[in-house]
Amino acid sequence: MAAHLKKRVYEEFSKVVQIPHEETPAKKLRLSKPSKSAALHIDLCKATNSTDALQYLLQFARKPVEAESVEGVVRILLEHYYKETDNSVRLKIASLLGLLSKTQGFSPDCIVDDAINTLSNEKSHQVLAQLLDTLLVIGTQLPESPALRLRLVEVAYKHLSDTYFGVRNKCLQLLGCLGMVDAPLGKENEGAGLRDVQSIISDYFGDQDPRVRTAALKAMLQLHERGMKIHQIIYDQACRLLTDDYEQVRSAAVQMVWVLSQLYPESIVPIPSSNEEIRLVDDAFGKISHMVSDGSWMVRVQAAKTLGSMLQVSPHFLEQTLDKKLMSDLRRKRTAHERAKELFASGEFSSGRKWADDAPKEKLDTNTVNLIASGACGAFVHGLEDEMFEVRIAAVEALCQLARSSPSFAEKCLDFLVDMFNDEIEEVRLQSIHVLREISTHITLREDQLDTVLAVLEDSSRDIREALHELLCYTNVSTKECIQLALLELLKNLNKYPTDRNSVWKCLKFLGSRHPTLVLPLVPELLSTHPYFDTPEPDMDDPAYIAVLVLVFNAAKSCPTMPALFSDHTFRHYAYLRDSLSHLVPPLRLPGRKQVYGLDSVDSGPGSGSVESAQLFLQQSLNRVSTIQNLEAPGAQDLLDLTIRDLLRLGELQTELAGAADFCATYLRCQLLLMKALQEKLWNMAVPLCLKQNVTATAAAQQILEETYKLEFLYSGLESRQVATIHHVRLQAKALQLVLTARTRQGLDLLISSCEKFLQDVESFQRLFLTELPHLQDSFVDKLLELMPRLSSCKPVELVKILQTTLRQSGLLQLRLPEQIHRATATIIEPTGESDNPLRFTSGLVVALDIDATLEHVQDPQNTVKVQVLYPDGQSHVIHPKPGDFRKPGPHRHRLITQVYLSHTAWTEPSQIEVRLLLAYSSSSTSLTSPSKLGWSENLESLPPAEAAVEGTIPFSKAVKVFIMPKPARR
Amino acid sequence: MPEIKVTPLGAGQDVGRSCILVSIGGKNIMLDCGMHMGYNDDRRFPDFSYITQNGRLTDFLDCVIISHFHLDHCGALPYMSEMVGYDGPIYMTHPTKAICPILLEDFRKITVDKKGETNFFTSQMIKDCMKKVIPLNLHQTVQVDDELEIKAYYAGHVLGAAMVHIKVGSESVVYTGDYNMTPDRHLGAAWIDKCRPDILISESTYATTIRDSKRCRERDFLKKVHESIERGGKVLIPVFALGRAQELCILLETFWERMNLKAPIYFSTGLTEKANHYYKLFITWTNQKIRKTFVQRNMFEFKHIKAFDRSYADNPGPMVVFATPGMLHAGQSLQIFKKWAGNEKNMVIMPGYCVQGTIGHKILNGQRKLEMEGRATLDVKLQVEYMSFSAHADAKGIMQLIRMAEPRNMLLVHGEAVKMEFLKGKIEQEFSIDCYMPANGETTTVTTNPSVPVDISLNLLKREMALGGPLPDPKKPRTMHGTLIMKENSLKLVSSEQALKELGLNEHQLRFTCHVQLQDPHSDADTLHRIYTHLKSVLKGYTIQHLPDGTVIVESIVIKVSSSAEDSNTKVLLLSWSYQVKTWTLFLERFVIIYSFKCSEQQQDRELIDIQWGGKKIH
Repeated sequence: MAAHLKKRVYEEFSKVVQIPHEETPAKKLRLSKPSKSAALHIDLCKATNSTDALQYLLQFARKPVEAESVEGVVRILLEHYYKETDNSVRLKIASLLGLLSKTQGFSPDCIVDDAINTLSNEKSHQVLAQLLDTLLVIGTQLPESPALRLRLVEVAYKHLSDTYFGVRNKCLQLLGCLGMVDAPLGKENEGAGLRDVQSIISDYFGDQDPRVRTAALKAMLQLHERGMKIHQIIYDQACRLLTDDYEQVRSAAVQMVWVLSQLYPESIVPIPSSNEEIRLVDDAFGKISHMVSDGSWMVRVQAAKTLGSMLQVSPHFLEQTLDKKLMSDLRRKRTAHERAKELFASGEFSSGRKWADDAPKEKLDTNTVNLIASGACGAFVHGLEDEMFEVRIAAVEALCQLARSSPSFAEKCLDFLVDMFNDEIEEVRLQSIHVLREISTHITLREDQLDTVLAVLEDSSRDIREALHELLCYTNVSTKECIQLALLELLKNLNKYPTDRNSVWKCLKFLGSRHPTLVLPLVPELLSTHPYFDTPEPDMDDPAYIAVLVLVFNAAKSCPTMPALFSDHTFRHYAYLRDSLSHLVPPLRLPGRKQVYGLDSVDSGPGSGSVESAQLFLQQSLNRVSTIQNLEAPGAQDLLDLTIRDLLRLGELQTELAGAADFCATYLRCQLLLMKALQEKLWNMAVPLCLKQNVTATAAAQQILEETYKLEFLYSGLESRQVATIHHVRLQAKALQLVLTARTRQGLDLLISSCEKFLQDVESFQRLFLTELPHLQDSFVDKLLELMPRLSSCKPVELVKILQTTLRQSGLLQLRLPEQIHRATATIIEPTGESDNPLRFTSGLVVALDIDATLEHVQDPQNTVKVQVLYPDGQSHVIHPKPGDFRKPGPHRHRLITQVYLSHTAWTEPSQIEVRLLLAYSSSSTSLTSPSKLGWSENLESLPPAEAAVEGTIPFSKAVKVFIMPKPARR
Repeated sequence: MPEIKVTPLGAGQDVGRSCILVSIGGKNIMLDCGMHMGYNDDRRFPDFSYITQNGRLTDFLDCVIISHFHLDHCGALPYMSEMVGYDGPIYMTHPTKAICPILLEDFRKITVDKKGETNFFTSQMIKDCMKKVIPLNLHQTVQVDDELEIKAYYAGHVLGAAMVHIKVGSESVVYTGDYNMTPDRHLGAAWIDKCRPDILISESTYATTIRDSKRCRERDFLKKVHESIERGGKVLIPVFALGRAQELCILLETFWERMNLKAPIYFSTGLTEKANHYYKLFITWTNQKIRKTFVQRNMFEFKHIKAFDRSYADNPGPMVVFATPGMLHAGQSLQIFKKWAGNEKNMVIMPGYCVQGTIGHKILNGQRKLEMEGRATLDVKLQVEYMSFSAHADAKGIMQLIRMAEPRNMLLVHGEAVKMEFLKGKIEQEFSIDCYMPANGETTTVTTNPSVPVDISLNLLKREMALGGPLPDPKKPRTMHGTLIMKENSLKLVSSEQALKELGLNEHQLRFTCHVQLQDPHSDADTLHRIYTHLKSVLKGYTIQHLPDGTVIVESIVIKVSSSAEDSNTKVLLLSWSYQVKTWTLFLERFVIIYSFKCSEQQQDRELIDIQWGGKKIH
């Protein structure tokens, strides 16, 4: 009760102080409001001729108008509109009306009547179209007013018969956006009955102007988007428009047909010129397939894209899209695909050395050859060979979608996708590799297909090679020859591009674990063992040998008979590789060897259980920590120390929880530091005596600050609760800093300014985490905010005192863990830092250093990730990589492949520079305070001045050392 | 009825010597002017005397259009223009104009210098001929004269190949030249808009073939070359200098680039270098990829392909050599072939068709021992591969083009008769349009039904629009009244008043009258009044006036009543109407008759028939 009373007192007290603060900006706004419309009015009155008026209007349009004054402006504009004789000015006014009714916070229903009135008197078609556009805007602004909608629709219907295409366009648009399903409208002539929106719109499918036809189709699509069920009658009309002369009509018609095929897939339509009937979706599929060989590439793209989403089509039709009967001189010829398949089936592989190998065989009956493919025939064959790569990409994507839903189709389209690996545009090649990977669950590659796939391994583009490695990870192959072939090609790849090492190893890991039985017969050959003779021990550092071992060991994991084939040195190598490349080499049960690695059992045991137990452990340790009530409690420090150690180890063991564990550990370390700083006896000492202790405390405060930035920006998946906690710690650190400043330095001005700054920080904290405040009961901030009114008025010295006591009294804030929390990490793959050969270059010139790094869990790396180069003399450069240097090979994973330029003055001998990656952050861009979009009504000036944004960088990768040697330039 | 006549002088049911005459709307146009590879006598060139026995061609031809630079499409051009004599315009695209003289000069050299023929065109003639050429741009409409206009479309096939759309008035013809509907590594696919010509003249080289996807072919080719190079073998690719050679170069160049290969590729020099220069220049005529990337790097500036020198053939290590000519019958390709034939690691890839009798043909047929001149025999140990890289549209492609252009008639040239027959049947079946395949010298006549454009006065149009319905329905024809004036070769539709005014004529009113007799005991005035009231009750919404001078006027129809002289009971009704309101009157007439029935039941049938007969006569 007492506290409550106290609060009240302070509240009353505070009012006096704050009034002058708030009043000033509000006044400013109010002054500017009437001036806007008044100025416009004066301007328009001043205008002697239409050009002047137009100029004024144009100028006026550049400036925003506040919501309150919109209506006044609209009145003035309308007034002028009635007087104006010039069309262009009226047009501009009409467009301004539309613009103004979009203003946030302004409800345009008051100007509807006026707008409709103007419409009836207007003679110029252009202005009419613009006015209808304005009505459209108004209509969309007021979605919950059926009466208004009905009125607008009536208006649109009345003007549909205008002779100018623009007016008809806008009317149709209006009908599409506002027309209603259930309410019939409009009277056709007298007493012809009521008609609904759809049939009215569909009347304009046959309009003489292609733009109106397009608008009609678009309006219909709009109706569909708004959830109206389109009648099936439209289908025939839409199909007819597929053969329109104009591409935009055809393009819209394709969409329309698609929509209808999704709505009525199962209804039956007759085939013209025969009495058969087929499903509508099949018919539509056939018709859209036809459009893949349209004359306009826009339509082709549209059609190809659309095909991909027609999953209900019958398999019979689907397979026709890949059908292409070949003939030569009227004799049936087999396609290369068929020949390859046959060769494979007959056991013979890769002939094709003869001329006329593809000689046509059987004679074709001329009547059966269907040249114009009716229906779906060969749509994808066309699409994949199209001139424009946009069409090809669209076709590849469509293939992917269809193949994912139909395994048999996936099998069939394999050949075509493999063919696309040879496209001249890299993007298409890459896309088709990705697609193949996505459907690879359905397929098993034949030897000849694998051969073609593997040929791409020699591609000079790293993206292509890596995509291919990824593909091979997921591929099933059929025979042991395939494995051998793949291994051979991968080794060749490794030889040609040594930088692909990791990717190749990873690929072989999956290849091995997927096909243990196929690898088994190859083992003696692969390890070059001999039944009688000892073979020389291979070089352990040879990447190729490691690659082979990775393949074998991963296969051996699920094939217990395999280790029997190993020779002695293989076991030794296993032990070595298991240690050095543990992510590639699985634990094996080897005969005569104990399972020494306790760690392995964790890995091989039921994974989920161990994660759960680890999670439990994490939670328990956090709970334990939360028992610390007071920072000065005895034993608290030891407990924190222990918990931090535990958590760090847990993070190492359980990779899934590494992020969370690290996060907690860092947070606890902050608390520990704070605790230590506060426990110093310095607080009781006189100022001059405790200079030394002061230094450690200051350092601790500084460190806490840094750690909080790490906590905030290095981890992804934080919720606002955690961010609040982090900010809270930061606030504590700042308070500590303030206290320390007060104790050490005597300058009063400095103290006052830092006090003010601190108070600002507290305020902004309150503003940012208003919703989180209830969770922060009893914490430092809570107490602080209670005292806030007093704080803002009191003297700095008093403030410092309050802070000091609050700091020491406040308890430990418990950390709640979010669901998923990940630490941003970066690994520099290249340069490896192992090279002893210095990079030599002439001083004053530059040398390019290739950097290849993988980034995990980094949000928006294009803007945040930087490369830092540290020279031995302490100079450091920060380089911003280009946005194009980042690729995204997987979710939460980025890859940075870039070049940094080094330069320095001449050195006498080679030395090492350090390269590391930095994560840049700026406190103003906190993930939570994403600046809300400013409307017209809000002025930038009215916003409170942003707190001084703290910008900085966090190193988040290990530094790599590179040997360089700038030589003096020769004269 | 107007007609379009098409007469092939060459390429009618044949390949080679393309030369087609078209007469359209009184204009004569020659499409292509090629030579035949198979003949060395007069049959080599088209028979220009067909056009005119003596005298210059200029008087008979309005223009000549060359579709592309292959000799079977332009080989006879200097002969025609300089030796036969033609001074009119010759149209070809920019690349064709640039490259054509190189080929003609080469052709001349071989014929005159090597074979020693006389009476052949000279270098100067080629130059003079090229001076008459007017270059065309794609999609540019060129007005040859007031009525004849031509427009070029992209045709693929080779650099600068074009299809032409020829238009006189509303009649039009499209000539495709050679074209390709599937894009390749350096050229795009042919495209034409829906121009609905009266005749589409299409080549039909592959009328009975549907080809496999180009990707398989390319992949096979690349794989073979790659394997051979990896074995350390040498690869010989005999080519003709232009067209496919560039395609293969691009293919290998990009493959080398992609796969990071180091083995050298050579191109035997000669006219290729000049031609390559033009390929670099005319980037806009190539496909999407080359057009888009040429800013970074022009694809025809080969990085891996270097000029070949004779001595390189003996260099150790793998290499790829492009050498001319394509059939291994002479020249550099044969020399290299002889050198490399002995090693089984080497390979020769024939990218095209070989004529019987050439070494190319022999080795393709599996002959392993070749007899050379001087009784020497050559053991062929190297591998022989065949790869087809042709740039003509296949049957499907031709059908696709027809669907794009939607012609009213189809005419096939540049193909074998048997094959054409098949395609003709297919076209007629699928599109139900007429298809022709004239032989050389045979004339095909197609009658057209051109629409005759007529100017219409705006006032008249507006007036008619105001009369009926809100909007003209584009799908339905509408009738309207007006006067057609033919004056000095132009047609004009105007309202009749204006026509009268323009022609200086007086307006004559034509009125029809009709007498109806009926039995009515009332007085004249009474009868009239009764008719008036009756009409008034029946015809609502029409202006019916009863004038004091004893007439009733319904709209513009006048009704008068008078008693007959003999019998006052017999009233004679006089109806009078002008020409314009004919239908109206019929109705009124019938009404009056019905009225008269009502008035007097004893009306005789004879009279009725009379009246009806009278009405019919007027009608």
